[in-house]
Amino acid sequence: MTGTLDLQGVKITLGDRTLVDLTLAIPAGQIVTIMGPSGAGKSTALAAITGTLAPSFGMSGRILMNGKDISDLPTRARNIGLLFQDAVLFPHLSVGQNLAFALPAPIRGRAQRQARVDDALASAGLTGFAPRDPATLSGGQKARVALLRTLLAEPCALLLDEPFSRLDADLRAQIRSFVFDRAAQAGIPTLLVTHDIEDARAAAGPVVDTFGNPLPL
Amino acid sequence: MTGAGSRGWLRLAPPLTLGLMAAPVLAGLAGTAMPALRDGAAAFATLAEWPGLPRAAALSLGTGLASTIISLTLTLLIIAAFAGTPTFSRIRRLIAPLLSVPHAAAALGLAFLIAPSGWIARALSPWLTGWDQPPNLLILNDPYGLSLTLGLIAKELPFLLLMALAALPQIDADRRLATAATLGYGRIAGFALTTLPALYAQIRLPVYAVLAYGMTVVDMAMILGPTLPPTLSTQIVLWMAEASLMQRDTAAAAALLQCALVLAALGLWRLAEIAGRRLLIAMAFHGQRRAGLDRPAAAAALIATLVTAGSLTLGLAGLALWSVAGLWQFPDALPAQLTLRNWATALPTLGTTFTTTLVIAATATLAALALTLACLQAEAQLRLTPTTRALTLLYLPLLVPQVAFLPGLQFLAFSTGIEGHAAAVAAAHLIFVLPYVFLSLAGPFRAWDARIATSAATMGASEARIFWRLRLPMLLAPVLTACAVGIAVSVGQYLPTLLIGGGRVETLTTEAVALSSGGNRRLIGAYAVLQLALPALAFAAALALPALWWRNRRAMRGLA
Repeated sequence: MTGTLDLQGVKITLGDRTLVDLTLAIPAGQIVTIMGPSGAGKSTALAAITGTLAPSFGMSGRILMNGKDISDLPTRARNIGLLFQDAVLFPHLSVGQNLAFALPAPIRGRAQRQARVDDALASAGLTGFAPRDPATLSGGQKARVALLRTLLAEPCALLLDEPFSRLDADLRAQIRSFVFDRAAQAGIPTLLVTHDIEDARAAAGPVVDTFGNPLPL
Repeated sequence: MTGAGSRGWLRLAPPLTLGLMAAPVLAGLAGTAMPALRDGAAAFATLAEWPGLPRAAALSLGTGLASTIISLTLTLLIIAAFAGTPTFSRIRRLIAPLLSVPHAAAALGLAFLIAPSGWIARALSPWLTGWDQPPNLLILNDPYGLSLTLGLIAKELPFLLLMALAALPQIDADRRLATAATLGYGRIAGFALTTLPALYAQIRLPVYAVLAYGMTVVDMAMILGPTLPPTLSTQIVLWMAEASLMQRDTAAAAALLQCALVLAALGLWRLAEIAGRRLLIAMAFHGQRRAGLDRPAAAAALIATLVTAGSLTLGLAGLALWSVAGLWQFPDALPAQLTLRNWATALPTLGTTFTTTLVIAATATLAALALTLACLQAEAQLRLTPTTRALTLLYLPLLVPQVAFLPGLQFLAFSTGIEGHAAAVAAAHLIFVLPYVFLSLAGPFRAWDARIATSAATMGASEARIFWRLRLPMLLAPVLTACAVGIAVSVGQYLPTLLIGGGRVETLTTEAVALSSGGNRRLIGAYAVLQLALPALAFAAALALPALWWRNRRAMRGLA
């Protein structure tokens, strides 16, 4: 599961404007932060890595995961986890069904899958939440379920798209440390995109802009 | 549905669907043109000799234009005067259910209400009118087509209003209207100057469809319209029913003329649109606030809506009452006794016809749903951008008059031997059901949160899994609504059923229209009630099932 997320000259253009030009290697267990104001193309960089870039953008360069070129793979084959600003839980599935959706198919048997889901919930202090309607969860609970769901898919790398910006100030620090701890536990490279300098400080890793220039904190 | 195979199939869905829309229309038009133009277009000479021609053509133009102008004006007035007020939601609740009423049932209801022996005459007799017997007045089938126009307005108003309501959020109407109001504009002037141009651009195609439909409607015109001569489209169908080949050629020539008339009316309408737009822009420059317009306009809109929607509702209630009426003599306002005997007698025939109608409607609707979902999924998955041209092609069966291309299609169906089969009728219904199913589902499908798909894809879910497990279940409510719309459209089809069915496929609508010339109001009432019940049940299911299914999912309720 451990490996390096390697961006080699990833350049994204819109018309004649260059939004992103990144050469970065994120080793397993490290968190790199891309900072910048809104509209700077931070989320566009993440879309390029997940393979969901809109066709109007131009892109060059290669994306390697653990030495393997994934630039031309479809999103589902890249094995890159993503957290949005909102939890984006599937509203028609229960909390447990949301998590089971992410669990890899080779984990077979209803009982075994249910056990994995229950374990994950218990590890986040959400024991007994499996049958709950996601709409009845608090903001912090939703954020935790969203991260659990992303990690249950056993991704090789984790992308965080301003995942704390919608949370209340008192909740933010708590969820931030929850996410960073889990990412460290999973031992995978993590790329955080944010406009909040507190997020960048808490990530305690290198901080760059969308052109890869180091930013002082 | 995995990998390259599914992509290949999906890529074919949009062109296949558009072809299924356009091909029958074009083939039908060609099939109509052939008999009309043979022998040096002799059929046109015969047509020109028919003394009723000028009047029949004028009736088609007059009733079509009048009903379109009035229903569009009413729609816009209702929105301008009441958008955002409690009255608006009340009007909406009164009008929306009328959308699912088939045209024939609406016409039969109105006919019973306003006929000399109808409910209004009964309510006013004998104490006010002194009538002991139905008066000898030509209210129904009046020579100017007034009752036909009223019927068309009552049916087209709900359609245009719902199309406009769907368009309002897309043009940011709330903030436009609020801006105009803070600048001191009256509601009507503010709406006309700031919102109308953008709104009209969104509902232009539906308006064209209403105009083309109003000019060429046959079932409603047979029940409510003038008779000597009837509207041009009605006369075409009467000629089609004749055995003689010559009259069929005349019918074909008249169908081409009808098509040209519709094109001319659409051209005229387009010119009026341009003039109206310039006028609005010129008026905006003068900054007249016109707040004085608001109260009279609101009153007028309210009264006109109550009259049209109220008369339709009352008429339908009257029909339902007839279906269970025992003795009901003129001028009694209510039947002397109620009985289920009418239903019991008619049940065997009614049951068969009901089943045929349901099977045809379900077949056409399911086919339309599958094609629509394939198109929309192709659009989402292959990131296709729908063009205006594709949308116009989708509207083609609604813009080209049915009476212009169905005769040709019937000729083709007859020569290939599929005429008279229920499957052929269902295929013909599909041409008219698909545009409505697509229009009903496209908005919610495209508005679905794409981050859910991205999110699932990053977890390794395939496109097929995302579609079947996430997108489709989440869209359950709009999918069922689209199905209800499809069923309502299919149940209401008269001309395709009559012509492609070769008179041998009997649905609730063809039977109700066939009965309308006879005097058996009890039986007409029973058919009309079933015509109403089928779409109403479909819409009720579309509301109830998702609510039941998602009763434990708060975020899924209110999604429709």
